[in-house]
Amino acid sequence: MRIFRTCALLCVACLFMFLLPVASSAQDSMQALMQQYSKDIAKPSARTIGPVIEALSASGLPQTREMLRRWQDKEIYQNKDTGDFVFANEVDRDTLHVFDIDTGADQGEVADDPFSQIKPNAGVRRAIGAALVPFQLNDDSARIRADALTSIERASEPMHLEALRAAMQAQPDPDPALAARKERLERLLTIQYAETTEERVAAIESFAGSLDVSTRGALNPLLATKRQVAETLPEEANIAKELRIGRDLTHDEAYALLVGAGIATADISPAQVKEALLANIEGAAVGGVALHALNTDEARDRAYAALAAKGIVPTDVSEEGKQALLDGHVYFDAYTEADAAVTAAAVKTLKDIETKVMVGRLFDLTLDGLSLASIYFLAAIGLAITFGVMGVINMAHGEFIMMGAYTGYVVQQIIPDYTLSLIVALPLAFAVTFAAGVAMERLVIRWLYHRPLETLLATFGISIALQQLAKNIFGTQARPLTSPAWLDGAWVLNDVVSISYIRIAIFVLGMVFLGLLLFVLKKTRLGLEVRAVSQNPKMAASMGINPDRVNMLTFGLGSGIAGIAGVAIGLFAKVTSELGQDYIVESFMTVVIGGVGNVWGTLAGATVIGFAQKGIEWFNPSNTLAAQTYMILLVILFIQFRPRGIIALKGRAAGN
Amino acid sequence: MKINRFMGAVAAVALSAGMASAEGEPIKIGVLHSLSGTMAISETTLKDTMLMLIEKQNAAGGVLGRPLEAVVVDPASDWPLFAEKARELLTVENVDVIFGSWTSVSRKSALPVLEELNGLMFYPVQYEGEESSKNVFYTGAAPNQQAIPATDYFLDELGIEKFALLGTDYVYPRTTNKILEQYLKDKGIAAEDIFVNYTPFGHSDWSKIVADVVALGADGKRVGVISTINGDANIGFYKELAAAGVSAEDIPVVAFSVGEEELSGLDTTNLVGHLAAWNYFQSADTEVNAEFVKEWKAFAGEERVTNDPMEAHYIGFNMWVNAVEAAGTTDVDAVRTAMYGQEFPNLTGGTAVMLPNHHLSKPVLIGEIQADGQFDIISQTEEVPGDAWTDFLPESAVLTSDWKDLGCGMYNTETETCVQLKSNY
Amino acid sequence: MDFIKRTPSLPAVLFLLFLFTLIVSVFSTGGGGDLISTSMVKTLGKTLCLCLAAIALDLVWGYCGILSLGHMAFFALGGYLIGMWLMFERTKNIVMEAATSQPLPLTPQELSDAIGNQIFGVVGGSDIPAIWFFADSLVVQLILVVAVPGLLALVFGWLAFRSRVTGVYLSILTQAMTLALSLYLFQNDSGLRGNNGLSGLQNIPGLGHVPQSILSLWFLWASALALGLGYLLASRIMDLKFGSVIRGIRDDEARLRFLGYEVEHYKLLVFTLTAVMAAIAGALYYPQAGIVNPAEMAPIASIYLAVWVAIGGRGRLYGAVIGAAAVSLASTWFTGGQAPDLPLGFYTIQWVDWWQVLLGLGFVLVTLFAPQGLAGLVDGIFRKGDSK
Repeated sequence: MRIFRTCALLCVACLFMFLLPVASSAQDSMQALMQQYSKDIAKPSARTIGPVIEALSASGLPQTREMLRRWQDKEIYQNKDTGDFVFANEVDRDTLHVFDIDTGADQGEVADDPFSQIKPNAGVRRAIGAALVPFQLNDDSARIRADALTSIERASEPMHLEALRAAMQAQPDPDPALAARKERLERLLTIQYAETTEERVAAIESFAGSLDVSTRGALNPLLATKRQVAETLPEEANIAKELRIGRDLTHDEAYALLVGAGIATADISPAQVKEALLANIEGAAVGGVALHALNTDEARDRAYAALAAKGIVPTDVSEEGKQALLDGHVYFDAYTEADAAVTAAAVKTLKDIETKVMVGRLFDLTLDGLSLASIYFLAAIGLAITFGVMGVINMAHGEFIMMGAYTGYVVQQIIPDYTLSLIVALPLAFAVTFAAGVAMERLVIRWLYHRPLETLLATFGISIALQQLAKNIFGTQARPLTSPAWLDGAWVLNDVVSISYIRIAIFVLGMVFLGLLLFVLKKTRLGLEVRAVSQNPKMAASMGINPDRVNMLTFGLGSGIAGIAGVAIGLFAKVTSELGQDYIVESFMTVVIGGVGNVWGTLAGATVIGFAQKGIEWFNPSNTLAAQTYMILLVILFIQFRPRGIIALKGRAAGN
Repeated sequence: MKINRFMGAVAAVALSAGMASAEGEPIKIGVLHSLSGTMAISETTLKDTMLMLIEKQNAAGGVLGRPLEAVVVDPASDWPLFAEKARELLTVENVDVIFGSWTSVSRKSALPVLEELNGLMFYPVQYEGEESSKNVFYTGAAPNQQAIPATDYFLDELGIEKFALLGTDYVYPRTTNKILEQYLKDKGIAAEDIFVNYTPFGHSDWSKIVADVVALGADGKRVGVISTINGDANIGFYKELAAAGVSAEDIPVVAFSVGEEELSGLDTTNLVGHLAAWNYFQSADTEVNAEFVKEWKAFAGEERVTNDPMEAHYIGFNMWVNAVEAAGTTDVDAVRTAMYGQEFPNLTGGTAVMLPNHHLSKPVLIGEIQADGQFDIISQTEEVPGDAWTDFLPESAVLTSDWKDLGCGMYNTETETCVQLKSNY
Repeated sequence: MDFIKRTPSLPAVLFLLFLFTLIVSVFSTGGGGDLISTSMVKTLGKTLCLCLAAIALDLVWGYCGILSLGHMAFFALGGYLIGMWLMFERTKNIVMEAATSQPLPLTPQELSDAIGNQIFGVVGGSDIPAIWFFADSLVVQLILVVAVPGLLALVFGWLAFRSRVTGVYLSILTQAMTLALSLYLFQNDSGLRGNNGLSGLQNIPGLGHVPQSILSLWFLWASALALGLGYLLASRIMDLKFGSVIRGIRDDEARLRFLGYEVEHYKLLVFTLTAVMAAIAGALYYPQAGIVNPAEMAPIASIYLAVWVAIGGRGRLYGAVIGAAAVSLASTWFTGGQAPDLPLGFYTIQWVDWWQVLLGLGFVLVTLFAPQGLAGLVDGIFRKGDSK
């Protein structure tokens, strides 16, 4: 039935085209209408597209909606030879599946040579989206209705208010979430575009306490001010604040306002003085002052004054004249929004919101700090264990983190499913770095137990060798380690407080390992032995504990956790051969601050470092580098007060 | 991946072992790119590019009937080593030309040596301008060939009213942002609507900064990010951006240091629509480019991508070859004179011309990131001549560079004097 | 004379150093020999400076047992302080020269703006920061080369030793210090041109007419002289009772403290003294390198210094010299691309790629099997138990 109708329509259309080729005017054919604006459509620019979209929307053609949608999706092509527009889908690199722009008739698959794709940029696409809104607000598909609302949020226009109200009146949205969104948008648009003060004030007040960026985005523009100057305060202006010289603005700023308003003339700048002097050189002197003597500003001013006295150059404004002008005027900030009731409501509502935003920000910062702390904890805990038990600083610890990350990458190359590969990668990374740690302990560290400083250097040798080896194997480019889709995105409490799922996952991972380690250390035989060895190795040995075995396993455990940390870090940052280097110093700091040989110490250290770093960033938002510097200085100072860390071992084990 | 680099190396060995078609004393070409350290990620690709170009030229009969020989050294991302290795290349290896450097600081490290020994270097990376050395040809973009057009695109096409300038803390972002701040103020953007942030190299914790950028939208102005974030710090940045759900439609990001190579370390599905401005994209739809990409993949490996600095080396190398052929010698002064006005087809269509200020005229392309890690070119200008001294800073606006007629790289057009012959470094 | 007798290596080392410098000079391009290129002379000159820094570290580590992983901070700081004068004066000369062609002489403000713009234009500024106040005076900057790193070491050492931070802790703390300093200088607003550092230092103001081939020889001799003096000084110190106390601290700090020695004071003195030595070495090094930037004081640089001393042999001054010279020259050679590739049939070893691996593993082997380093092998004497 439907096919039949389409065919019939097609035939009629063909017939018309055939019989009345001249009759096709802007009113009944999309093609013709588009040809009128051919140039602007073929090379769309946000600057010129406005009238085109307006004309298309105003045409009332039923094809308009389809055309706009396809245009937005980059599905319109132009035949370079004939100039005709068509809908088309790419079949492969050289072939297009082409449809008629008016009727949608299938014109078959053709070579793409004569066609060029029309690529509206994001600005144009936004404008198209805005034009599409009235068509979409009551569409059957919830997705399309949501798209329409998003379009309004991105680029609202006065006509949207009307369209939205009409759509809401015609039928309430069946989807409650969308209905709420519509209702909220309606109030937002009311603030901006409604006619009456009462409507607007009511809408403003309805947003009290809302943390959304879009709310503030709607309210703040109402409070935009313009700095002005006048002889007396104007009656009609909606004045935000009167400004006093010395308190709100400096002399120079005030004078600049006067100059800007055309009331006063600007000072003569040193550059202008120089220019004037250069233009009036007579022989070896200017204004009666010898050229070689003009090497101070005073001398130049003297020469300029001489020229001014002769009337060759304009005289500089006198200080007295300036002061008189300054005194004779008032300075004020005036709202660009004329309605005082509206601005008053906005001020009140915003003030309320700002307090809440501040609290939200602090909470968000706390989440960031927690996240960073958990990352440092994961990176440092292995180091802390080995340091605590064996008194050995493993400089290659960072490279173990890197090995873990690369393990994750390799697993992902073999198992393409991100979730599954992650499940495989975590234990595998542990196994790989555990083995590497045990090997290192057996081959190198075991021989250096009495020479801790040399362990530092030997492990450093391993570190540079491993790093270069990674470069040789994996190349220097960063490798992707992609998190599974369910870890994409963020947990959004509101527009101020949010944290990405991947960070939450890392936090959870950190907590799991905290629990696991506590369990191992406190509840198992191995843990008992580890604690014994870390407190007094000789005594432990005499009680029948094999310190060799304990050392080996501890080192393996510490390295294994580093491997896990590597996978976690790789997921949210990057996998390169230098990955370990980025975390090693922070790990050291964590251990030093927290105190060695104690899981709680490391936790405390990581928390302090994570929060300190975020806290400094908070105060100094434009310079992250400085934040790191200050943090390290803080650590150095901290050591002054607690040289053995926050949680220090007591007794003989604290000896070194 | 290793295999490919390894093959490249074998090719390099083969190069010096003697050529079939070209005979005689080889012409030595210095390749001064870091093969280790932080910059190796970007620079090894350029070394491979040079080896590929040289191999191809040798297969085509070399230059002046003589074979070319690459002398590869590793300055190891260590800036002083660039000076040392440059001196070594010029005095010990006696190379006729150097292709090298990525960061500005490494170029500025090598500059005094190049000027002292009258060497010749081709520098292939987009940079901050404000320099014109007699001994360097800048084949990458100057700010007016990348940053300014991209900012115009933000202002005119996307209607951005509030700018976040995010950069890595070093000279290129600093100078570029300084120029952009002035430019934006000239365009009527208020100072408080420009947010500037600098992060260290390799920065990975972006949550706070991304949150700050999102919060910028609170005053109802349309926010856009201009990113001069360098190297692998980008990966963390884009991951955080994607995680925060910042879509390109809400807050577009245009990057000047992110190309195909950087995106290959990322899953780009969540970044679709964000922008980059370059003079070249791998997706450029021309015959020469298809050929170039094919050669590169054959040389370096199927999964490798091409990028803008590679095109810069491609143009620079071919121009140098033509200039040497035109001059009939590899003598630096003769070649330099022959370089002016050299033309060579861009990979993106049109023709690059070497200007007397040692910069190229090249088209500016703006691309949107696609899900496959490539760019969809949505804007391509005519060729824009590179400007050594920006017009948007008062102290630089009066300066011009013309080595051909004025013989000066820092010429004050107001006082009509040459400020200085040697460069600032 | 007893002193010489007790340290037989001293005259030998000084003589060899003199001979080496003389031979290099004669065969260098500047000396007319044409056998050793100017860049090689510079490399050798720089190596001598590194040897001096290695001696400094050997004093503080090999003799006093404090493994400082921050001495390159002092080294680079010395470079910065001399670099400020070099850069300021050179730029000033350029600006003054350009001004002679102008009709109007420059006002002090214009002069300072022009210099500031030239030096700091690269970091987007034109104001000359306050720390450059003395930059136009060579004498003051030379004093600062000694004073600033010395003071930094004094303050840092005082804080660290006072709270009895020792061993691995102290090593990490010194590493934190150098990292903090390098991060600070990495900022563009640090007043020292951020990541760019100070560059063009090889062009000595007022000596523009002297070709680099000659200048490099001057610096070679100056470096050799500094190294010789440093070696002499270090030998002399270690020969005094002071030296015995220092060694005592290394071997058993607690015992010395119980014997009534103010251990902290000794440590502080050695730490500060060696910091100054490193700074002087740096002040001679960077005019030869041409550029100093914050990466020079990244933690890795100091670790390399420790590696050289360890490979050369700690607790022996010539060990430090041998280590620094051998390893740094080998690094230059292997990463310079001159080293021939090593074909293994199935794989070709390129030294550019594999040198670091070799260095790392070699270092592990030296630590394990030759704790006394190369010098220990040279000695043929393996003292036992001297391994803290």
